[in-house]
Amino acid sequence: MSAGTRSEHYPVGIAGVSLREIERRVGPDEAPPLPPNAQLRTVGQSAPRVNGRAKVTGQARFTVDVTLPGMLHARLLRSPYPHARILSLDAGPAERHPGVRAVHLIDHAIGRAREIADPGPAAPTGRRMLYVGDPIAAVAAVTPQEAQAALDLIQVVYQPLPFVIDLEDARKADAPRVFERAVHSESFGEPAPQLPQHGNVHGPDLSASRGNAAAGLNAAEVLVEAEFRTQVQTHCCLEPHALVADWRDEGLTVYISTQFTAGIRAELAEAFGLPLSRVRVLVDAMGGGFGSKSRVGQYVLSAVELSRRAHAPVRLALDRHEEQIDSGHRPSTVQRIRLGARRDGTLTGVSIDAYGTAGVALGAGVGNFAQSIYECAHFALAQSDVFTHAGPGAPMRAPGNVPGAFAYEQIIDELAERLGMDPLALRERIDASPVRREERRAGAERIGWSRRRPPGSDPGTLKHGLGMAQSHWPALIQTNSACEVRILRDGSVEVRSSVQDIGTGVGTVLAQVVAEELGLAPEQIAVRIGDTDFAAGPPSYGSRTSASITPPARNAAYRALRQLIENAAPSLGAAPEALAARDGRICTADGRRSLSFREAAALLRTDEISVVASRSDDYGGFGHRMGDAAMARKGLGGVQFAEVAVDTETGRVLIERVVAVQDCGRPLNPRQIESQVHGGILQGISYALYEERILDAHTGRMLNPNLEQYKILRSRETPTIEVHVLEHYQGESATDAYGIAEPSIIATAPAVANAVYNAIGVRMRALPMNPAAILAALGRVPQPSGPP
Amino acid sequence: MNRFEWMTPDGIAHAARAATATVATAMISRSGLPATDAAVLKAGGIDLLDLMKEGLLSPHRLINLLSIPGLDRIEPQEGGLRIGPTVTLAQLAAHEAVRARFRALADAAGASASPQIRHLATLGGNLLQRPRCWYFRSRAHHCARKGGDTCFAFAGENQYHAIFDHRGCAIVHPSTCATALVAFGAVLEITGPTGARRAASLEAFLRLPETDLQRENDLLPGEIVTAIRIPAHPLTTRSIHLKQGEIDSFDWPIAEVAVALDLADGICRRASVVLGAAAPAPHRAAQAEAALSGRAIDEALLRTAARAALEGAAPLSRNAYKLPIFEALVRRAIRAAIEA
Repeated sequence: MSAGTRSEHYPVGIAGVSLREIERRVGPDEAPPLPPNAQLRTVGQSAPRVNGRAKVTGQARFTVDVTLPGMLHARLLRSPYPHARILSLDAGPAERHPGVRAVHLIDHAIGRAREIADPGPAAPTGRRMLYVGDPIAAVAAVTPQEAQAALDLIQVVYQPLPFVIDLEDARKADAPRVFERAVHSESFGEPAPQLPQHGNVHGPDLSASRGNAAAGLNAAEVLVEAEFRTQVQTHCCLEPHALVADWRDEGLTVYISTQFTAGIRAELAEAFGLPLSRVRVLVDAMGGGFGSKSRVGQYVLSAVELSRRAHAPVRLALDRHEEQIDSGHRPSTVQRIRLGARRDGTLTGVSIDAYGTAGVALGAGVGNFAQSIYECAHFALAQSDVFTHAGPGAPMRAPGNVPGAFAYEQIIDELAERLGMDPLALRERIDASPVRREERRAGAERIGWSRRRPPGSDPGTLKHGLGMAQSHWPALIQTNSACEVRILRDGSVEVRSSVQDIGTGVGTVLAQVVAEELGLAPEQIAVRIGDTDFAAGPPSYGSRTSASITPPARNAAYRALRQLIENAAPSLGAAPEALAARDGRICTADGRRSLSFREAAALLRTDEISVVASRSDDYGGFGHRMGDAAMARKGLGGVQFAEVAVDTETGRVLIERVVAVQDCGRPLNPRQIESQVHGGILQGISYALYEERILDAHTGRMLNPNLEQYKILRSRETPTIEVHVLEHYQGESATDAYGIAEPSIIATAPAVANAVYNAIGVRMRALPMNPAAILAALGRVPQPSGPP
Repeated sequence: MNRFEWMTPDGIAHAARAATATVATAMISRSGLPATDAAVLKAGGIDLLDLMKEGLLSPHRLINLLSIPGLDRIEPQEGGLRIGPTVTLAQLAAHEAVRARFRALADAAGASASPQIRHLATLGGNLLQRPRCWYFRSRAHHCARKGGDTCFAFAGENQYHAIFDHRGCAIVHPSTCATALVAFGAVLEITGPTGARRAASLEAFLRLPETDLQRENDLLPGEIVTAIRIPAHPLTTRSIHLKQGEIDSFDWPIAEVAVALDLADGICRRASVVLGAAAPAPHRAAQAEAALSGRAIDEALLRTAARAALEGAAPLSRNAYKLPIFEALVRRAIRAAIEA
């Protein structure tokens, strides 16, 4: 037991179900245990968004709204070919074009798999372009039109080379190679043990395997086997990828739509050889990222370089076409699954063979879903990346686990049917999670699971079905997360961190947590975030923001308050320990002696108290650490139920109702959580039924690089959604909060697919489940008879 | 998007004289680059701006028809309706007489695009808009309709393409209003640069690729559609338009059907059945019409007619799924018309 720790009792368990207390030893600077939400004033309440009014009145400032004096506009020249060598490039005419202030020839590709024997930066001549849209050069001019015109003046002679965009074709030994040499293996951008590479196939990665799957499958009494396919989904952020780069002698300032200001600062400092102290990254309002705005892309480096050369601020915003072809996507997958079980449902062996393509990037895996969610000692997972001449994938909301769950939660249902078991009963047998047990119970009751009938029961052409699926997502924490709380002499309070609001409302929960601690209302807390001049906060990806930044925010508020109270205690004639903050006052326990918060602040010797706190380790320890991040010992479970109707004549699937029961630890702001769950479900439905990147086999071009022909869910496709959030305490941090963004999308597509099966009695093993696919599955599509 | 001049014409004749090209003729080229010297007419500008932003059309002058008064009226005429070309889809969908007597047209207009677009898009523009084929809309594909040599859809991604009449080009006509208007036998009033007017039935005005590979209609440079006339129909006529997209909000149909049935004493005296999103022009299902005419419609006849509607269909490699959808929509539309 380390010195200075103290013992505290924390609530643990699910409120209303299994709430109890646990003893933890915590550090001396930790705020005392926060009681369950029912005993709190602000935390756990649906405080309105701090920037909600600004957003709905158009006052919120997004990156594309940033204008600086003398600002130039940049555009990127991109490869028109899926695979070509640049034989020559002459930028002279563009450089001489009036209005052009700088031209930058890209000499080193980023944002894709990296060859081990990378020769480093190279002149454009001789470079190979690997996909339609691969950036070649960037131009900054006084207007966007002049920049566009100058792009057309860059003379490039290409030698088109054979290319491959089809996943199956790319696996063949004689397929055109995307990378000539082996690439570094990696996992979410971090180095990973090196995997084999043959042709375009990188892998397999066998590291998730355990036990002896072959023996486990041999021991099975029941075997189910199926192949599942998932498509490429693009991020479709409503706000494009954009930045304004302002390079000056005194340092670099970048306004950028990003999920990680501090990460962008570190990447830019390294790329341009600047000290961290001379790079400042800012973001105010954001219109979505979904994983695609996590790192520095080529467009970012180009804008900064152009600003450096032109001695002027440079704005670069991708248009919708560029968004669709070169800002990342959720990779496609093919998953062959064999599942062995005993007649009581116990899993004896699982074998999954998966491959997919993230184009020129790695990351087409199926996540940690199957290996984590159900108990099975004998588990084999082989997953490979297949390179194709297509734009790079990027992490997208629950990467891996979304396609992984689509397949695995369906085959679990197939097993249940083979065993003659209800899907819920089978999961009771194989799922050890007490959280999901409660979620299944609550969800089944809300959706009316007892109404569920055998597959294809409806006699008419419109067939109704009920289905469910579960989710698993690791609870992630950025240990490198800090937050400052300032109390000023006039009683005003500020919370400051570089953490950014991707749109989910972290600023609001910061205000709530600080207000709770200081006995104030959330609107009394000024929220200053999205600026690396403040304490470095966590990224807004991996569903880790609340878990990472709210505990240090509360601890900083707690310590700042202790200072305020110690300073004010003599005036109240009370010991500091006898004083607390409540209802805007500093008072004794009996309330007889008190000062207003403002009066107490006025007693300060200096203009302000400032405390910076960083994220402590989870009180019970982490599951494991990964550099600046860590994984909590327990993951986050969720269960979703879908009620659908399938028109068997037109192939349309109509989602009538979705019930989601989710766990995110302590809920800090139910309305904001509900909003994120809505978003996850809608994005999940859109993935299940509508979205698909379509590439032209002849040119390698995306045929639907817009939001018209790329079908995406809109208002009329929005079903009734009911969200039930567990209050789940674990006594692991000062707020005990975890994430919700990613957990909320994972179960949607398989829940819909299981409901579709229940409706029509035909299993949909490929996405999207659009009319063409449904009608084909029903055997209603005749053979084509027109011209070939 | 290119720079352009904005012209406010004094009247129809002025506008017609100023127009040097139709949108279609301004897009035809051997080189793959659109003409840069064209002066073209602009109504709502929805499709026009789309084409310009995509670099498919680079006119040097836009002639704004919205500044000409009197083109946005819906008036009774000879028992039918005379509809001005700049009437918006939203007006059309909400208009009492259209809803009461030509419901298929109100439904078609009301189900098009999005509410925002329907409040700007005009009926004239809707009829004359260019097709949505993704090869046609891609600057990188110099397809036959733009003056190139190939229809890329035949050997490509043709899931949204034609199942009828796709000789040389597999577009589907983009106008849902046209589907309904053909069912009603609508006639266009077209004014030329001299002020002379001609009348053309919409059905004849819309062209198939075998007649004209590069224009979806017979409009000549300098001509303006100045009215869309729907002839009188017996009061016993009931009509329905059904549209099926992959999504309901703001999507193009994968199949649509307009039917107009003159029903009296349980007998279908006259039937009009037109399929949209099926062919490069609205496709009149003549065999279905023949099957229904003069007959009492029962469930069996419905099915026969729906099958007959697809007579002659030649689906491409990826769009045979449209056939069962059309069959269902025809059945449902006829049933709905009877019950209307």
